[in-house]
Amino acid sequence: MFEFCADPKSLEGARWMVCYLTTGKHLLFYQSFLLVIGLMLVTVPCALAMGFLGALGARSSIAPLRWLGKGYAALVRGVPDIAFFLFVPLALDQGLEWLRHQVKCPDWDAPVRQGNDFVVCSAAKLPLSSSPQWVHETYGIILAVAAFAFVFGAFASHVLSGAMNAVPRAQLETAEAYGMTPRQTTWRILVPQMWIYALPGLSNLWMVLIKATPLLFILGIEDIVYWGRELGGMKTSAYDYPHGDWRLWYFLALLVFYLMLTRVSEIVLSRLTRRLSHGQATMAGEEMRRA
Amino acid sequence: MTCVETFQAYALRSIGLGERLLPRSDFTFCDHVVLIGSGLIWNLYFAICALALGFFFATGIALARNSANLLLRKPAEWFTFVFRGSPLFIQFFLFYEAFTLLPRAGIDLNLGIVEINIATSWITRAWAGALVVLFLNTSAYSGEIFYGALRSVPKGDLEAADAYGFSGWRKFRRITWPTMLRLAWPAYTNEAIFLFHATTLVFFSSFPAWQQKGDALYYASYLADKTFNPFIAYPVLAVYFMALTLMIIWIFGRVNRRLNSHLPSNTRARIRPRLFPMR
Repeated sequence: MFEFCADPKSLEGARWMVCYLTTGKHLLFYQSFLLVIGLMLVTVPCALAMGFLGALGARSSIAPLRWLGKGYAALVRGVPDIAFFLFVPLALDQGLEWLRHQVKCPDWDAPVRQGNDFVVCSAAKLPLSSSPQWVHETYGIILAVAAFAFVFGAFASHVLSGAMNAVPRAQLETAEAYGMTPRQTTWRILVPQMWIYALPGLSNLWMVLIKATPLLFILGIEDIVYWGRELGGMKTSAYDYPHGDWRLWYFLALLVFYLMLTRVSEIVLSRLTRRLSHGQATMAGEEMRRA
Repeated sequence: MTCVETFQAYALRSIGLGERLLPRSDFTFCDHVVLIGSGLIWNLYFAICALALGFFFATGIALARNSANLLLRKPAEWFTFVFRGSPLFIQFFLFYEAFTLLPRAGIDLNLGIVEINIATSWITRAWAGALVVLFLNTSAYSGEIFYGALRSVPKGDLEAADAYGFSGWRKFRRITWPTMLRLAWPAYTNEAIFLFHATTLVFFSSFPAWQQKGDALYYASYLADKTFNPFIAYPVLAVYFMALTLMIIWIFGRVNRRLNSHLPSNTRARIRPRLFPMR
């Protein structure tokens, strides 16, 4: 990256460190931090959407939908989340391939499961074996997001259905008294008002999500844990920048990164809670009114 | 192999008894149930030991955080912040690397007259190393729960204790501590469930499953990889975990009843199952 880095073997001290920390692989390492943060930002709307469906399902008057909504929450509660992170991508991948197989190769007569193999016709492969590397990587990331959305959707549905129940009944009755239809009451009163009640739960959810991101490593994504292990491992003198086993220091850096991320989130979320509490019929809102 | 033979061969596989080689082909449903069930021994071992040890340390942490002494309070606050603010997964990696840096031959300690050798190789093994991490982690989370409960012990209870002449250790042992536990118990039940679930992380972080002795999730993912069929192994695992989670709720519910037994039945705290894993 810098001119003086041309010959790594001759470097000493601080210059060595500067050059070492700006190698191509380290730049990939820094990019993976952005990947992790980006992934969280993508997961949140997906999880909220899943949660919304789950919450509506659990409140539904149609019994099978209600069972589905409640069963979903109970299942995710009773089973370790990393089991889902292992299960969902694999199951989704096979499910999609099987569907494509049914559509694209109707005259294929061999069974899909042959002993320990899962065989679909080559046109049904996802992604196609001819597609470039980045398609495979993106597909892996999409599956990971789906797994996260599945698990965190259940948590979000729990939070949102609680928040919907917490909106004071009087506000909804007022809306009805003004002649709003049930749909108008839901979208103009219930949904805007529920966020302050959902916020503590959603903040907690965000914290949990932050702390679940290193599990991406298990899904085979080149995230910060992957690069930390890769870069920290012992490098013999065959490498440009030989060093001992520095994995401890890399993981220490990751630990500090996560501590900072959770701390900053905590501060931002508490400010947000303050803002949303203005004018609400809650204790915090009442205190602000008096002040 | 019949199911009984499978059971004899693999029921204790996770602790190294029975057949050495894992099944490699022709997996039956019985294989799944026995092998994954065998792995549960490790999950239970980690959960029970970490929880039992962490309980006492967490009480200490809660007391230290409540102390007026800065030298006690600050370290306890930092301990809680570090372990609650960072992912358990990273903690596993970090501690594993730290443990492997200890000298392999052990540390020689010179006590003047005799020289003793403290062996260090065992700490890099999962049974000890992962237990240490889980112990510290659950202590931080439970410490936070206990601290919150300690702060909300009713003033009247403490005044009544003073009036009866309780003080010092006896006041803590007889009044403050039982009340703190009573208030903390519903949240502590959830902590126990999350800790139990978190034990599945051990063999997916850096701790190696030595001689393929792993936990339930390790075997489930082994079977799912070999059969390339996730639809049997993971549901079996899910059923096991659901059943054990219900068992935890039942056991802790019994304790909760005992802790609340002096209260009129309408003021007792009920354990409300929560959905959040807090790691």
